[in-house]
Amino acid sequence: MIGHDRPGIVASVSEALAGLGANLTDSTMTRLRGHFTWTLVCNGPGAAEVEAALDPLAAGGRLLATVREVRAGGEAAWAGEPYLMSVHGADRLGIVAAVTRVLAEASGNITDLTTRLTGPLYVLVAEVDLPPGTADAVAKRLAEVAAGLDVEVTFRPTETDVL
Amino acid sequence: MSDSSVSDPFHGWTPDALGDAGEVLPVVTAPDPVLSRPGPEVDPSDPKVVRLAADLLATMRVSPGCVGLAAPQVGVSAQVFVVNVSGHPKAATVHGAFALCNAKVVEASRWRPGREGCMSVPDLTGDVKRAARVVVEAALPGTGEPVRLATDAFEARALQHEIDHCAGLLFLDRVAGAHAIHQRKTYL
Ligand SMILES: [Zn+2]
Repeated sequence: MIGHDRPGIVASVSEALAGLGANLTDSTMTRLRGHFTWTLVCNGPGAAEVEAALDPLAAGGRLLATVREVRAGGEAAWAGEPYLMSVHGADRLGIVAAVTRVLAEASGNITDLTTRLTGPLYVLVAEVDLPPGTADAVAKRLAEVAAGLDVEVTFRPTETDVL
Repeated sequence: MSDSSVSDPFHGWTPDALGDAGEVLPVVTAPDPVLSRPGPEVDPSDPKVVRLAADLLATMRVSPGCVGLAAPQVGVSAQVFVVNVSGHPKAATVHGAFALCNAKVVEASRWRPGREGCMSVPDLTGDVKRAARVVVEAALPGTGEPVRLATDAFEARALQHEIDHCAGLLFLDRVAGAHAIHQRKTYL
């Protein structure tokens, strides 16, 4: 879902889904440059039925809902080592492409990513699962690519404290 | 507890000891490269360093909500910073306004997450894990007298943030995860 942000969108969409018997499972909502965005997975009726139920919430095109069927069982466990990459610097074309290509070439899988542009500052923070034993080479390559782009990069293992 | 260093690690030093009211300097913001350059150690008795400490104190004083300021934030790559968390609700131990040179964290414990901002990254905040108890060793600007400062809570966080600045690091380099940076204000 994407649209003009206003109070009550999450409540209205959740109510509509509950009314259909659609069980909301994983989701992530944030605002991107002031736009409301919500990506969610739910178990329930077919895509067309859900889309029809959400249609009254479209508020004259101010909120767009796109519904697609996805196969269950996408939770394949992957024995990677979790790392956190932080990149910041002057905004320029291709920063994300260049640094994520380094991760991809090492078969690293990005599990979470946020980018923000504020004024001239571009910030990217990504969590990535790396194949065991590849982190040192990835860190070295990232430092080279960052130097070429004139951005700062830090790359470190993700801490997972269980409290 | 008669050892006066327990209560006053500065041995009577106050900002007045600099003998300079300082000048308010403009604060530079990311992506200015000076913020990402590790600052060199300084000679604390160098008059230029004393001046810089006074300028940092003057700039911090006029900046609303500012609890610390490091030399790279006024465009000078050097290991000098000032801190003043007086009156902050998250502060416990408070040492008032002070300036330090060549500071190093020598002990750190009780790591806690917390959200912090920075005058040099005005539009974002970040969740950063910092030690809630630290011991910092440094030198006082002017006399060069060594300082061993033990503190906690918000003052400990401020010290680590400023020591990071002196090492060319921003909170952006330390955020806890992909969802740990936040927009400070909205643009509508
Ligand atoms: Zn700062």
